[in-house]
Amino acid sequence: MGLQALFFYLFSFVAVASAFMVISARNPVYSVLFLILTFFNAAGLFLLTGAEFLAMILLVVYIGAVAVLFLFVVMMLDIDFTELRAGVLDYAPVGALIGLVLAAELIIVVGGSTLSPEIAKSISMPIPAITERTNTAALGDVLYTHYVYFFQIAGLVLLVAMIGAIVLTLRHRENIKRQDIPTQVARSPKTAVEVVKVKSGQGL
Amino acid sequence: MDAFISTYVWPTALMIAQSLLLLVALLIFIAYILLADRKIWAAVQMRRGPNVVGPWGLFQSFADLLKFVFKEPVIPAGSNKVLFLLAPLVSVTLALAAWAVIPLNANWVMANINVGILYVFAISSLEVYGVIIGGWASNSKYPFLSALRSAAQMVSYEVSIGFVIVTVLLCAGSLNLTDIVDSQRDGLGTMIGLPGSFLDWYWLPLFPMFIVFFISALAETNRPPFDLVEAESELVAGFMVEYGSTPYMMFMLGEYAAICLMCALTTILFLGGWLPPVDVWFLNWVPGIIWFVLKASMVFFMFAMVKAFVPRYRYDQLMRLGWKVFLPLSLAMVFIVAVVLKLVVWA
Repeated sequence: MGLQALFFYLFSFVAVASAFMVISARNPVYSVLFLILTFFNAAGLFLLTGAEFLAMILLVVYIGAVAVLFLFVVMMLDIDFTELRAGVLDYAPVGALIGLVLAAELIIVVGGSTLSPEIAKSISMPIPAITERTNTAALGDVLYTHYVYFFQIAGLVLLVAMIGAIVLTLRHRENIKRQDIPTQVARSPKTAVEVVKVKSGQGL
Repeated sequence: MDAFISTYVWPTALMIAQSLLLLVALLIFIAYILLADRKIWAAVQMRRGPNVVGPWGLFQSFADLLKFVFKEPVIPAGSNKVLFLLAPLVSVTLALAAWAVIPLNANWVMANINVGILYVFAISSLEVYGVIIGGWASNSKYPFLSALRSAAQMVSYEVSIGFVIVTVLLCAGSLNLTDIVDSQRDGLGTMIGLPGSFLDWYWLPLFPMFIVFFISALAETNRPPFDLVEAESELVAGFMVEYGSTPYMMFMLGEYAAICLMCALTTILFLGGWLPPVDVWFLNWVPGIIWFVLKASMVFFMFAMVKAFVPRYRYDQLMRLGWKVFLPLSLAMVFIVAVVLKLVVWA
């Protein structure tokens, strides 16, 4: 148990410290790299609680894809972050308020079962012990049976968002050359080569 | 105190010893993979390849190692020094870290975790960071262009690799790499009454996915014909332009460790891991690790031959192949495999 506690404090300390560095680092690229470090430690915390599937998905989705795109954008765009940050103190009260609301909600959700024990009884799908069922399978059981409609709707929302992003950014430009691979592959000597007899001195 | 030693100290010491053993074996394997790469490339072009250091050039990689280590590391004045040195470390550490869950034989695995395949997938999706950070920290034009290219390329091909892995998982019913290999003991071959053989492995029922995985693995590890990240005719050497000496060597090491990882993963997912090609006594007698290394080497031979044969892709063609060919194909295969399994096996 001691070792687990040690790792818990290690992961959570680094996570909180690097989360702080995300907003305080001067260089935006450093901010994104600290964000990645935060994700890593969050994945470590998931592993400590035995949620191995969530930990790996956090790595794959957030670090492997989302943060790469963040980094991509931050490197590409020439944003003057010092200018953006100039008014940060003006917005601090609003930010603090939102943070407070989120923290309160989290406490209500997580602490709900201790505040009123009857909430714990109303959980319809208890998570089986790890020895009984791996949590990947357990998650699949819940997600694809009881919550299948919610799962499908979430997928649909993402699909709509994706189509929206494509529609907003797609510009179909005329008069540029495009490669049409099927026509290229379908070419044969008959359609591609023309044999011409050229008389000398006359040309074509 | 005794309890502390027996619960923490000994397991930790054992783990460190195992890691060191695996690392040393892996690094020696990589040294010879590098040599094989050059030799095969040379043979295709009717050259001799490296043949001076040691008998038949067998010690060439070690001579290269010494050369790189004893060179002076040059750090460009305009670079971001911390990130410049962090990038090769990230790339080599990640490439080696993934080997913790690779089973080399039955029960020969350091961390037999339930989500092994996801772990490998996660680590291989992080390998792009070495390239991006290195390209950005160099503060130079070619490395930066290369970093942008690689970010798009590796993220694109990860998607199809993910779907290919899903098709294998559907067949195997587990995310544990050892279970995936064990599930290939019986398959198409035993279904029609043959004894266990190479026909049971997933390359046969999932043949299109085997091809997609192989090509995506080439793209994911930036091997030719998808080596646009370091295309010497366009970007000099891509993100490695500003690197020399040991940091450069670490990039190369990370690259080849990632290539070996992809070979090992192909072996595990499609070629039956450590299982012998035919289930007869004298082949079963050969240790599984030998079969594993042979199969992985065969996959690497194909990697090397592709490098020698195929001209480099153009960038838009690379993107087209990833998004318009492989992604729909692998997505359709996930659906088809699931339907077939539902009708035939799970029903």
